[in-house]
Amino acid sequence: MSKRTVQFKIYRYDPDKDEKPYMQDISVELEASDKKLLDALVRLKVKDDSLSFRRSCREGVCGSDAMNINGKNGLACLTEVDSLPQPITLRPLPGLPVVRDLIVDMTQFFKQYHSIKPYLINNDPPPERERLQTPEDREELNGLYECILCACCSTSCPSFWWNPDKFVGPAGLLAAYRFIADTRDQATNDRLDNLEDPYRLFRCHTIMNCVDVCPKSLNPTRAIGKIKDMMLRRAV
Amino acid sequence: MKVAKRTFDAVIVGAGGAGLRAALQLSEAGMKTAVLTKVFPTRSHTVAAQGGVAASLGNSTEDNWHWHMYDTVKGSDWLGDQDAIEFMCRKANEVVVELEHYGMPFDRTDDGKIYQRPFGGHSMNYGQAPVMRSCAAADRTGHAMLHALYQRNVRANTQFFVEWMALDLIRNSDGDVLGVTALEMETGEISIFHSRATIFATGGAGRIYYSSTNAFINTGDGVGMAARSGIPLEDMEFWQFHPTGVAGAGVLITEGVRGEGGILRNDAGERFMERYAPNLKDLASRDVVSRAMTTEINEGRGCGPDKDHVLLDITHLSPETILKRLPGIREISIQFAGVDPIKAPIPVVPTCHYQMGGIPTNYRGQVVIPKDGDVNSAVVGFYAAGECACASVHGANRLGTNSLLDLLVFGKSAGETVVEDFRTGALALKPLPEDAADVSLARIARLEGQKDGENVHEVRLDMQRTMQKHAGVFRFDNLLKEGAELIKGVAARAASTEIGDKSQVWNTARVEALELDNLIEVAKATMISAEARKESRGAHVRDDAPDTPEHPNGRNDEEWLKHTLWYSADNRLEYKPVNLKPLSPNVEPIALAKRTY
Repeated sequence: MSKRTVQFKIYRYDPDKDEKPYMQDISVELEASDKKLLDALVRLKVKDDSLSFRRSCREGVCGSDAMNINGKNGLACLTEVDSLPQPITLRPLPGLPVVRDLIVDMTQFFKQYHSIKPYLINNDPPPERERLQTPEDREELNGLYECILCACCSTSCPSFWWNPDKFVGPAGLLAAYRFIADTRDQATNDRLDNLEDPYRLFRCHTIMNCVDVCPKSLNPTRAIGKIKDMMLRRAV
Repeated sequence: MKVAKRTFDAVIVGAGGAGLRAALQLSEAGMKTAVLTKVFPTRSHTVAAQGGVAASLGNSTEDNWHWHMYDTVKGSDWLGDQDAIEFMCRKANEVVVELEHYGMPFDRTDDGKIYQRPFGGHSMNYGQAPVMRSCAAADRTGHAMLHALYQRNVRANTQFFVEWMALDLIRNSDGDVLGVTALEMETGEISIFHSRATIFATGGAGRIYYSSTNAFINTGDGVGMAARSGIPLEDMEFWQFHPTGVAGAGVLITEGVRGEGGILRNDAGERFMERYAPNLKDLASRDVVSRAMTTEINEGRGCGPDKDHVLLDITHLSPETILKRLPGIREISIQFAGVDPIKAPIPVVPTCHYQMGGIPTNYRGQVVIPKDGDVNSAVVGFYAAGECACASVHGANRLGTNSLLDLLVFGKSAGETVVEDFRTGALALKPLPEDAADVSLARIARLEGQKDGENVHEVRLDMQRTMQKHAGVFRFDNLLKEGAELIKGVAARAASTEIGDKSQVWNTARVEALELDNLIEVAKATMISAEARKESRGAHVRDDAPDTPEHPNGRNDEEWLKHTLWYSADNRLEYKPVNLKPLSPNVEPIALAKRTY
């Protein structure tokens, strides 16, 4: 790809000076080496240093640069800019309060993550060496532990939009199942109790937006289904 | 501007692996601790580590910490301090097993133990053959580790100040450290964090180079803050160029790829490492491999239309192995190189990766500086760990997997030292000077009022290009001399940066300008220290210090077996001896020798 000019429509809001948010039309010339949407955003920021967004690793592992790209949540650093119809419309992740431009307040998202006790619980005295786990048991964690907490999933979920304070959301539930599925964890019953409520788990209506948007190709819906199965089996 | 004051027993700056590991010690000991981090903890750059963490667990091949210690000293080209290296290698099993107990999802051997793979420069029986020492969670070890450490801190109720950027170190007239000033990014407010102990765990500054595997946030904030407050920086001429960054993109491809059997090839398809390192071949130390690759490219044997890279080939591995052991690499390769490594080799070039030098510390995590005739006098109240610190375990060249080990061992050690000093009453809350926040307020006010100033992006770019050209894989006397003058010029421009964004809310333009103040300290330290070191050692290889019988590999122990200390105020250089004595009297020192693989 050579030099080309790309058109954007970007959600802008600076509470320090703007009465209300607006959509800014702006274009930028990209160099041949600019391949990802994040490269374009960095170019845009050279042009207008007031454009605000989070970014760090630029390789899809830190989870900073999640945003709503042409209506769909994704990571700017993993999105090919040339694959996007123009003008490329960028908005902050939906459903969370906007702090400024593309930056949202993620407090509620992390509150839900923390609510599932996202740490291994094992009350046996720690052995001198590692706890043993078969390769097969370890494989149960694949597709669960890789989550980068970018919030693409939870903020694409209508159930989370309606009840962000009560529904744990796909990211938190994926993490809950990551510990339930870990043979070293001893708190499965407590973890299920913690989700036994009309909202926390059961507000998932398998809409599957989470699966559709996950930049790491994870499947929170399947993890949620497994937790629901365990709940049911436990009940009978 | 109104400055709020907050008081804690301890302040930790940075929430990557080292900061989180230190925080656990303090939180579990009940100390009132604030962890400041400019990104949410799991976004710290530890998350991007791939291949593994070293520990001589011996799960798949025989191993012991003596062999690990030997490899690390040799890898450091004898510039590492042998007391700190012994300490790190002996502690490795303990800190890795702890992480497993915290829930880190390591891959497993058939008998259920932690999976280990071979890695560059790690050997059994003092250099005889590769050893399986790198404990791995697929090729996402850093991610698995950082999340496990964060999760354990959630359990320990650690208090985080997320998206707070530390600005300046506060010292009193005795030079004792009393805390930091910090900027809350969401509000633009400045606070003083007054504390008995301050631990820096702010990571490296790989962004001083144009082409780097490092994240945008790796701007050397702690190193810059320390330098501005009068703390010298140690061994800053030593930067690791990782052999395998994706050509063009810079994104890291783990050495674990070669650990799993990957081979580097030139345009003739030749496995050229056989010529440079007949014994360990593709698994030689990183500096050796990066130089070999650069030589191949410089001599016209590079690949691609511009002959500007070499190829990392794993097409001979089974797709199952690649999908199981290197799934993240396959994703990165498809995303950033446009090739599926199951079918085609990955284009790679040496890319700036790791800062071996940093804030001088001892193995207990205390920051040490020359004072009153003692070259290693502890600064009261100041500690550092991880990439920002120089213990010094990596010396002139770090071995792969020793960085994750470093941050665990010395994060924990710094935490233990602080807890011990706190309990014995050695840590007083000393009165703050009247002007504690003045330096920071002046920096903010200068940015606020700057007219006709320099553009942050352009100054940063000039710095990065200067570093890339003048202090790269191979170094040249004339380029270093010129580079030292050029970088001073760039630094002068960095003092008058101007930003358009004047908002108080999440002003990332301001953050980037403040980060540049830190980057430029690191760039100056690097260039000036490198220009002065007239020998070749580890990652610092000069044209005017070639391999001779008198000075094998160009290394000159008579004159240069010593640590550099650079002072920001006047670009002064001092030197201090390398500690060639291990920690324990019954451990034999690793004797000086020529380094070959």
